[in-house]
Amino acid sequence: MTYLTCQNLCLGYEGREILHDLNFSVNAGDYLCIVGENGSGKSTLIKTVLGLREPFAGYIGYDGGLRQTEIGYLPQQTDIQRDFPASVREIVLSGCLSSRGICPFYRAEDKKRAEENMERMGISELSDRCYRDLSGGQQQRVLLARALCATKKMLLLDEPVSGLDPFATAEMYRLIAELNRNDGITVLMVSHDIGAALTYATHILHIGSRIFFGKREEYEKSEMGRSFSAPAKGGDEG
Amino acid sequence: MIFSKLALYFQYPFVRYALIVGVLIALCSSLLGVSLVLKRFSFIGDGLSHVAFGAMAVAAVVGLTNDMLLILPITILSAVLLLRTGQNAKIKGDAAVAMISVGALAIGYLLMNIFSTSSNISGDVCTTLFGATSILTLSKEKVWLCIALSLLVLILFLIFYHRIFAVTFDESFGRATGMKVGLYNLLIAIVTAVIIVLAMNLVGSLLISALIIFPALSAMRIFKSFRSVTVCSAVLSVTCATLGILIAILAGTPVGSTIVAVDIAVFGVCYIVGLVKEGV
Repeated sequence: MTYLTCQNLCLGYEGREILHDLNFSVNAGDYLCIVGENGSGKSTLIKTVLGLREPFAGYIGYDGGLRQTEIGYLPQQTDIQRDFPASVREIVLSGCLSSRGICPFYRAEDKKRAEENMERMGISELSDRCYRDLSGGQQQRVLLARALCATKKMLLLDEPVSGLDPFATAEMYRLIAELNRNDGITVLMVSHDIGAALTYATHILHIGSRIFFGKREEYEKSEMGRSFSAPAKGGDEG
Repeated sequence: MIFSKLALYFQYPFVRYALIVGVLIALCSSLLGVSLVLKRFSFIGDGLSHVAFGAMAVAAVVGLTNDMLLILPITILSAVLLLRTGQNAKIKGDAAVAMISVGALAIGYLLMNIFSTSSNISGDVCTTLFGATSILTLSKEKVWLCIALSLLVLILFLIFYHRIFAVTFDESFGRATGMKVGLYNLLIAIVTAVIIVLAMNLVGSLLISALIIFPALSAMRIFKSFRSVTVCSAVLSVTCATLGILIAILAGTPVGSTIVAVDIAVFGVCYIVGLVKEGV
């Protein structure tokens, strides 16, 4: 079952085109990693897929019964959030709003869902703590729990490990991989950590001056994959 | 002694009106204040109040008996424009606010000077800018209008509380998951404008942003969840407004600046409490 199809997509910002004629699709259960150099348009692509930006041209289609209110999104952190007075529970619960329709208040089942997702992310004991007092890794887990409240089907993650220490990074990758394997949640992740992409992803979309889209195994064999991942593997990221 | 003096004053209906209206306005302005401060929109209150001043000048020149009819729509329109430009505009948010606010102030004063029939222009201007005694001279119709609009703001805030939180905390997440973020921003803009027009009666145009930001900032020093910050901000704001009005009546000081002075004092106390709390 195909969840997302992008055809002949052209996108960019401030009138400047950075990606031309992009084609890819995401099936249920996939773990797609979008890699590429800084400034190659990874974040712009994910924002366009989410409808936060208009593409210059091309087609983005949600199929397989996936509605926009059923997507979970883990954005990059903003300045506003760093000193925001909100408890962990309030933030996780706000993920339930998208399925709430016009009803103004949370129902008991929303609260239960929020508790379950906090449990899943291992942040239950933090639920009354203030978001701004948490460590970077804990904050990301809070936002992931919120995203899970919004979806059972598909998660879009924008650089989920940026700014995290190695331990928190590994923990984050483990959580995401578990969600994909055990709960069957489709994952679309932007990352410049090619090592992790090659470890966890089932599919790779490499964007930049050249574009690659396909299964991870094919990417590893391709010339593009080899040249891009070689320096990363030589470093201390593995 | 003080109480008997107060009891005497409270026999006058205009004093009772002033207190009711003051408390309601303080309550409304503090509720939205938390969101505006967190969204980095603190200055919008200030900008809009200058627009309201300009609109009031125009209303006076045209000779409208009920100037609210003109002030309210103009201020709402400016609020919508300002909050919209905050997102993706060529002129960045703060510059747009500054531009509109000084522009409206200048035009307003100019119009009042050219066309005013009153002999005491500077007195009139001072009254509109600092509120002076206007809260004590409210007509019965205006009191009812204030009460109705305040209740409307309160109800809207309660209904949309969770959504206002979501939009304030993370607009992109809301938009990505299909929330009508634009609509809620519009709502925040309109409600802000209504509050500002109301608050003009209480503290005058120049001091309105104090009413919006001080309680929110004070509450944020002490509390750590959105709900407790909102509740605390409302309680502080109402307390400060009540105290301010009572002091102003007893001491004969201008109502608006007295309320703001109390707000500042409370902020100082909250700041220290916050420091002590963090030190423990």
